[in-house]
Parts: sequence; structure tokens; C-alpha cells
Amino acid sequence: MSQTAVPDPRAAGAAPRGPAAAEPPSGRWPSRFWGDAQPPEGLAGVPTVRVLREKFPDALLAVADERGDLSLTLRKEDLLKVARTLRDHADLQYWMLQDVCGLDRSGLPGGDADRFHTVYHLYSPMKGKRVRLHVPLDGADPVVDSLTPLWASANWAEREAYDMYGIRFAGHPDLRRILCHQEFVGHPLRKDYPTDRRHMLSRTYSSFPGLPPDLPEGQTYSVMEGDVERVYINLGPSHPTTHGAFRIQARLDGEIMEETRSEVGYLHRCFEKMCEAHTFTQIIPFTDRLNYVSAFNNNVGYAMAVEKLLGLELPERAVAIRVVLMEFNRIMDHFVTIGANLVDLGALTNFWYAFRPREEIYELLEACCGARLTVSYGRIGGVAQDVPENFVAMAKRLNGRLPEFLGYIDKLITKNVIFQRRTRDVGILPKERALSYGWGGPMLRSTGVQLDVRRTHPYYGYDQLDWEVPVRQNGDVFDRYVIRMEEIRQSMKIIRQALERFPTGRHIVDDWTIALPPKNEVYTNIEALMAHFKLTMHGPQVPPGEVYSYTESPVGELGFYLVTDGGPKPHRLHCRAPGFYTFAAFDEMCKGAMLSDFVANLGSLAIIAGELDR
Amino acid sequence: MAFLKFKDKRSPPGTLVPPGFENAADPGPRSELPPEAQPFRNSFLTTQLNYYVDWCRKNSLFPFPFATACCGIEFMAVAGSHYDISRFGAEVVRFSPRQSDLLVVAGTVVDKQAPILKTIYSQMPEPKWVIAMGVCASSGGFYRAYHVLQGIDEIIPVDVYVPGCPPTPEGLLHGILRLQDAIQKGETRIQREQALRARGLPAELPQAVITAEDLAKRKGAA
Repeated sequence: MSQTAVPDPRAAGAAPRGPAAAEPPSGRWPSRFWGDAQPPEGLAGVPTVRVLREKFPDALLAVADERGDLSLTLRKEDLLKVARTLRDHADLQYWMLQDVCGLDRSGLPGGDADRFHTVYHLYSPMKGKRVRLHVPLDGADPVVDSLTPLWASANWAEREAYDMYGIRFAGHPDLRRILCHQEFVGHPLRKDYPTDRRHMLSRTYSSFPGLPPDLPEGQTYSVMEGDVERVYINLGPSHPTTHGAFRIQARLDGEIMEETRSEVGYLHRCFEKMCEAHTFTQIIPFTDRLNYVSAFNNNVGYAMAVEKLLGLELPERAVAIRVVLMEFNRIMDHFVTIGANLVDLGALTNFWYAFRPREEIYELLEACCGARLTVSYGRIGGVAQDVPENFVAMAKRLNGRLPEFLGYIDKLITKNVIFQRRTRDVGILPKERALSYGWGGPMLRSTGVQLDVRRTHPYYGYDQLDWEVPVRQNGDVFDRYVIRMEEIRQSMKIIRQALERFPTGRHIVDDWTIALPPKNEVYTNIEALMAHFKLTMHGPQVPPGEVYSYTESPVGELGFYLVTDGGPKPHRLHCRAPGFYTFAAFDEMCKGAMLSDFVANLGSLAIIAGELDR
Repeated sequence: MAFLKFKDKRSPPGTLVPPGFENAADPGPRSELPPEAQPFRNSFLTTQLNYYVDWCRKNSLFPFPFATACCGIEFMAVAGSHYDISRFGAEVVRFSPRQSDLLVVAGTVVDKQAPILKTIYSQMPEPKWVIAMGVCASSGGFYRAYHVLQGIDEIIPVDVYVPGCPPTPEGLLHGILRLQDAIQKGETRIQREQALRARGLPAELPQAVITAEDLAKRKGAA
């Protein structure tokens, strides 16, 4: 892994860029594998399939092209060796295990024979390719080999699959619940678990089980180990620097953190179970509350998954609205991260500077949809309503004012000696480990990997805009700060270009089976009234299938894995939350670090509890 | 203190302002400022101790933001310069429950978090008040799910519920103002309890705490 820059797919002639190729942004889904055209001989010629068929003739039970996603079904005995080949083979190089999730197939065709599946999403940053692995398991006693020896990201992800489905992973070092509390009974995402069956938690539990008795919140324990004193402390779950609900317990040797144990799930709001109980349209407000700092990006990320399944092409104006608002949301998210991180370091002034432009961006969002934080503005097929007439002028004026706010922080902080001493060489994770943990976004780019979904797998015409992907090499807190500041500037550049050629037309597709008819039609036209009723009561009719759709959220790759059975509600919707995989590496980053650096490091991760715990 | 009389239009019961004292004659300048710049100098006000103490309490609330989710971001906006919670005397945000008297539960509280919220509430010194900010803290919101507390009043008593998902900053400010009104009138739960205790009576206000058995019973009824 000595080479760091990920090859630009445009260099291979995939998508020409520049004034000659300037077309209006389009929401068309490419009918090919992402970053890799399907060879003429079909799926058998795809390198991944070819290599696996050569090495393991019996391992592949099925090979499928699910709307552009390569999907392989494996025998569970072969999982570990197939995964090792996928990671290490020179033609494949799937270095990143993006996601692991369980799937209860009861109710789906063939779901009785193999009730549980584990589903893996792998990504090859050097080849720009993705693959999905399905491993069918026994319904009565689901056991599968753990992938923790190969990828660090498997640790937490497999714990989640165990928690939600009761799938056991053989060889996992620490297989216990992660999101639900310790006294929870059952596995909630199984189809036979009722949505609202609760279990009360009587007390809190220590993350260091060997510590007698369990460490209560807010107390400090000092334990003599031989003639050395070890102090156990709590950071969270109610701590001013956690900016959300999670808990870290640390064993200290003086000021050095010998070991930390992170505990999450303090905001597990059952997002995935709620999605299975609501129609496709009703899910949109739930997605808002994943990463509530940049809610619109989640709307779009989810809507893209459904649109991919529907094979929908968006109107140009809807795409442009989405791009402009997504970038404004990215700016907001970065401002919050920077502001909160600086507060924790004692630079309170910058918090006010960072929250001031947020209020101005809120005004723009309010003009569009009436809401500030949780906008619920995205819809399947576009956005809820058209932007106001003066939207372009408003957005341009706002975009012109942002450099001023950025300048305040820049002048106060970037060359500030105290800030540099607190953040340089703090919280370093090498890029090999970052890839293994499945990092993305500014966190990964600060370690020297130039990976951005908007550039490597462009959507919404990002490849036709002129912008850069900032990258730094050290991977410390300072680099993350610099990258976020630079990304704000790049987002402003994107917004400027998108506003220059802001198209006219519809804000949502003109299809009454997907988008609501206009109100005046509903009141005067029986067809429109029926369409309105059908859509409100049952939601859009989505064909059976499965897709994995992904966008670049401000935190990293935000993915939605959607399985449908043709009914009004999704059979399974799994959110691949970037913050979950970022935070999984936190214990490793803290090992041997100073306690005071903990605060600087934690603030720079941009962890949002709603997305972390879902 | 004289400011109190002009700020609060409602005269507390028993207020006695002797005739002529509303515009007490100025005996002459004692400082550098001209007399017209200090109209309240040498004036005074009689009031009840309870009323005065409650007035002080309501105007110096020390909030503890138990910010778990989206509402926490809006709480930050309320604390920010644009909405400026300090206009209402509640800007000194404390992160230790032992230093605060207003618990603002901003965001969803899930079952895993419930014992922690209970601990934090019990660590706050009396008198203490609770604002449930947003529908999740008030009722569980649209998360009628296996891991979400259906409103924090299952475990701790609540004084003011602020609706919204999340509430607008104006909404939270309105909630704080309503709480201030109630504190001034001595009508909050904790004040009534204290008044009962002061008179040697048992404080028998119903505890808004629901046990696991209650929950099971409620489920069975439904």
C-alpha cells in the first residue's frame, strides 16, 4: 500500500471533463458497474468473478448484477478464504470492508430455506470497484466465520449484526451487544420481533467487566495492580466534550491512557426497525435524524437508493437543487465540527463565528421548505416543492458572505501557536489502518488517501464541475481541521458553478405513481385525487430487488442498502453510517495517548450520535 | 430592587408602597452622574421574601443541557448569539448537575440512557426544574420502538414540555418564559412540594415515575 493517490477514473476515459463536455447535470444512473464497464462476455468476464471462479470453482453459489451492483452468493465455509483472496489478489485489492449487516429473509422468496444472510460490501479503492457478498446461513443456528482477522471494520459491524439478528461470528474477539442495552432480550431486527417490545435497563454497566464492582458513572476508581496504581475514569455518557451520547472508559497510568473502551448505543433509536414499519415516503423524516447536522444529505442518500431501484431519471432542476443544498449542508456540518472541536480546546469565540453562518444557511433552507434543522425536503424523485423565485439570488448572496465567516476562524486559529501545539501529531491513525477500519470523508483524506465518492463515482454531474479533493498526509487533528476548512471553500466553488447554470423545469419527476400531483389538480381531477390517495396511503410502488447506494456525506461514505419485496414498505433498509466506522477506530487511536489529547481527538472525528447509533 | 416594581406589572400580594414613595424626592447628587441618569437612587420597595426569592430564581436559571440528539443542536443555536438565551438570564450553561437547577432534556432518551438521566436528575440540588425539549423527550416522538423511552416523564417529573421536532429556538425560549412565570407564581411541582414540607405536611404529590410493572400493566390494558 505504498501508493496513496487513488487513480482518477476520468484518466481512463470514463468521463471527459471541461468546457467541451459541459452538459447540464443529470441524474441518470449509469448502466454499468461503478467505475468499471461490464465486459462484452458478461458477468463471467468481470475480474472479480473470473479470479474467484479460477481459484474456488465451487464457492460461488450465484452471481448477479443487481441494477449495476455486482452481487455474489458464497458458501459460508469458503467465506474467509474468498475474502482473503478478494483483499490480497493483485487484480482485485478490495482493501476496504465497507459494511457488514445481517438480513432476515423470512417473507422473501426462498426465505424459509436459508432464513438469515450476512451481507458484506467491499470496496477496492485502487480499482474503484465494489462487490457485495451474500452468505446464506442456517435459520436455527446462524454461525459464520468472523472477518476480524482481515479487516478492522468487521469488529463493530459484526457485533451489530449479532445484536440485531443473533448471528454468531466464529473467531470474533469480543462478540457482545453493541447498540441495545445489556439487559435486552432477543434480537430486534428479526422479523418475528415486535416493533415496540421494550426491556427496561435497571442500572449501568462497566465496559471493563473484570473491575469489581462495575464502575458507576461519575466515579473514579483507583486500583493497585501490584505496586502500580491504575485509575479508571469515565468520559461520558454525559460529558461536555462528547457532543452526543456515548461513553468512553479509560484506564490511566498517570496521564497516559493505557486502554480505552468505547460504548455506543446511547442513542439507538431503532432506525432500521422503524423503516421496516413505514412506507417509502414516510421514511424520509427518519433519515433526517441520522446525521441531523446535515439532514438534507441523508434525505438525498436515501432517496437515491429508492430511485436507483426504480431506475428513475431526475429532472435537471431537482438535481441542481440537491447539489446546491447538499453542499450548503456540507458547509454547515464542517462549521459545526470545527466550532465544537475548538470549543473543547478552549477557543469559545470560534463557536459563535461558526454558528453565525449556520443561521444564515438555515434562512435559505427555511425559505425552501419551512424547516431549519430537520428539513425533510428530499423526496423520491426530486424535492418536496420548488425553491422560491429568488433562490438563486439568495444562495449567491449567502455564498458570497461565507468567506467572511471562514476568514474570522482562519485568522484566529490556523496559525495560532496554542492550537497547533494542541492538535499537531495528535490522534494519528496510519492510512493502512484507516482503510482497514473503513474510514471515509475528511478523516480518510487527512491520512493521505485521496478518496471522495463525488470524484471516484460521480453522481449528479459532480464530474462536470471544477473542484479539488483536498488531501493531507499526517492524519492528525490539525490535518482534519485544515481539510474541513478547504472543503468548505471547495463546496462554495461547487455552489457557485451550480448556480451559474441553474436550470429551469420541474423540481420532481412528473409521475403520479411516485410524486404527489399538484394540489389544484387534486381538487379538480379525479385521477389526481386517486393518485394522491394511493401515494399517501401506500407510498410509491417499488419493485422487488436489492441495491446499495452511496453518497459522499460530510463524514464519509453514507450508504443505504435496501432490500424490497414489492410491498409498500422496505423489507430491509440498512444505513451504512460513516461515523460508526470512524468511531470504531477511536480506542486504537487513544492507546498510549495523553488524556488531554483525548478531547482534541474526539472533537475532530465529527461523530454525530444519531448516525452512530441509528 | 426598585427595578422589580417596574419590570413586573403584577404586584405581588401584600406589596405595600407608601404614598409618595413612588417618586421619592431626590435628596441630592451623591455621585458623578447627574440626578436624571439615576432615577431609582434612594428609592426602595417592600415585597414578600418568597416573591423576591422566586424572582431571583427565575432570572438566574443555570441550565444543564442533557443534549442527546437533534434538539441539542437547536439548544446550541438558542445559546448562540442570534437567539441569545442570556436575555432571559439562563445563559450560564453548566455541565455538572450539581451546579445547575434547570435540566433541559434535549433529544431522544433511549432505554440505555434512562438510568443515567435518572442519576443526573437526582444529583441536582433542589429546587430544580425540568424542560422536556422536543417530542422525543416529551413522548418518544415518532420513535414508538423497542429501545426508546416513551417520554422522560416515565422516569423523572417534567415541568414544561416544548413541542416540535426539533422545536424552533423561539419555542424553547417560550418554554423557558413559561417556566419562569410558573416559578414566579410558586406553582411548579418542586416549589409546592417544598411549601408542603415547610409546613410539616407530607409531600404527597404524585411521583411521575413509571415502573416496569406499570408499563406491563399499561401494555396489558391497551
